[in-house]
Amino acid sequence: MKRFRLLEIAGLSFVLSACGGNPEPLQYGPNPQLPQPHRGLLPNMTIAEPAEWGDQQPTVPQGYAIRAIATDLKIPRQTLLLPNGDILVAEGRGGGAPNLKPKDVIAGHIKAKGTSPVGGGNRLTLLRDADGDGVYEVRTVFAENLNAPYGLALVDGNLYVANQDALVRFQYRDGETQASAPPVKIADLPAAINHHWTKPLAASADGQFLFVGIGSNSNITERGMTAEVDRAMVWRVDARTGAHKPYATGLRNPTALAIQPGTDQLWAVVNERDEIGPNLVPDYLTAVREGGFYGWPYSYWGRNVDTRVRPQDPDKVASAITPDYSLGSHVATLGVAFSTPTMGQTFADGVFVGEHGSWNRADPVGYKVVFVPFRDGRPTGAPVDFVSGFRGSDGKTRGRPVGVTVDLRGALIIADDLSNTIWRVTPDPKP
Amino acid sequence: MAVIVERRYSTVIHPLHAVLLAGTVPLFLGAALSDAAYARTYEIQWNNFASWLIVGGLAFGGVALVLAIIDLCRADRRAAGIVLYAVALLSTWVVGFFNALMHARDAWASMPTGLVLSAIVVVLACVATWFGFCTPRIGGAK
Repeated sequence: MKRFRLLEIAGLSFVLSACGGNPEPLQYGPNPQLPQPHRGLLPNMTIAEPAEWGDQQPTVPQGYAIRAIATDLKIPRQTLLLPNGDILVAEGRGGGAPNLKPKDVIAGHIKAKGTSPVGGGNRLTLLRDADGDGVYEVRTVFAENLNAPYGLALVDGNLYVANQDALVRFQYRDGETQASAPPVKIADLPAAINHHWTKPLAASADGQFLFVGIGSNSNITERGMTAEVDRAMVWRVDARTGAHKPYATGLRNPTALAIQPGTDQLWAVVNERDEIGPNLVPDYLTAVREGGFYGWPYSYWGRNVDTRVRPQDPDKVASAITPDYSLGSHVATLGVAFSTPTMGQTFADGVFVGEHGSWNRADPVGYKVVFVPFRDGRPTGAPVDFVSGFRGSDGKTRGRPVGVTVDLRGALIIADDLSNTIWRVTPDPKP
Repeated sequence: MAVIVERRYSTVIHPLHAVLLAGTVPLFLGAALSDAAYARTYEIQWNNFASWLIVGGLAFGGVALVLAIIDLCRADRRAAGIVLYAVALLSTWVVGFFNALMHARDAWASMPTGLVLSAIVVVLACVATWFGFCTPRIGGAK
């Protein structure tokens, strides 16, 4: 009971902090308030102002500890826990979509100020804590010369890596610190233009299928409809043959995928469209229904028509599924992981979500890792801040969370692509 | 017979000034036609063309505007009517700039306002160019 109260208070403080003077619409949960679309002469932009961590660290809840287990990486994005407790880190920077309009030239230059200047590693780095003291003393390059690797999955000794242009497979034997052979290509992935280049990956519970997220090639079709063939969807790839089918569509930018433990249900976090206001459109967490259409580009949050798309498609709008759970507009969800009881009772049942942080909002949001509590296998209640302080009260940004991974021994691994750090959060054994 | 020719003003608009000023017309006209093509076909490339043509018009018109302001400041070029020309060109540039911002919106969000603004800018550019060339520089004797 007491714990439940605690969650309520945490939820309330989230709501209050979201207010900050002007009453803001309720932005989380299954029924977010959606204001009318609005865009001024210029889009609202507040770009992260990077700074060094120095002596500071991200903030974790009472009873938890955080430590940087690897620094000076080359744009870490997603991580994977190997059976022996080793951590694989996918490092890279993809994309490179051509500038089509004067706006692209200017906006690209401005947005680049909020990211790390380091070049992408195009590699997998392995981290090992052999003696279990929480210090990852071994660090090796597991594989290199990849093409902006992002999604990672391991099934029965097959290590799958989703590069920005192809799904590849390494053979992995327990304890390896370096891949013994070059990867084998399983399937090409849509890579033309690659406006949204990240290719998240999840393996079905039986290992037969791989789910690959493919982001849209534009914000809202401004690169033309033909650029959107095979985009904004999740593919289901046969791990053996490489054959694929669209599993669900209309997902603008599915940036992280996860299979719910105990079920074979695929979940995704999805980044929604920009430039129609600070409180549109909510980024969301949803169970992905096979064959489902989630709106993009024709509509958002179910059947709210986006008038920027021509030609329109009322039939598609009518078939659009409303996502399960809003995490708030522009928070930029880039990581999702199901928790386990080893994370402590408060955070035992639910998902952790990494929020990279906003640009298209005067009042920045995101820049933290939140926990979405689940009950009976569904999200419920308000998201709770789990790791925050990436954007300090001084307005400087010291880190930007991307992938989150749960270590079953009781730890959350967070990739931070601004400070090029891997963070590890553990329930503190000390009282 | 004595002929007295009084030349108070330069005889012609400076060639560079003339090229830049006249260039605004086809650039802004091209943008408006591209907008119309986008509105008819929903083919996004027309929208991209329009965006760059507007930037071109603003670049040409911007330099012409600077030259016009310089003319305003020089006694030998400050002919009657040049103020009207400068105001017309300034209006063209300002509306053109708002049009550029409008065209920075994604996809159909730039329309139909973008097309309307483009049409207005074409008219303004024609007016500015007319005044620019008709300003009494040539044989300005009265």
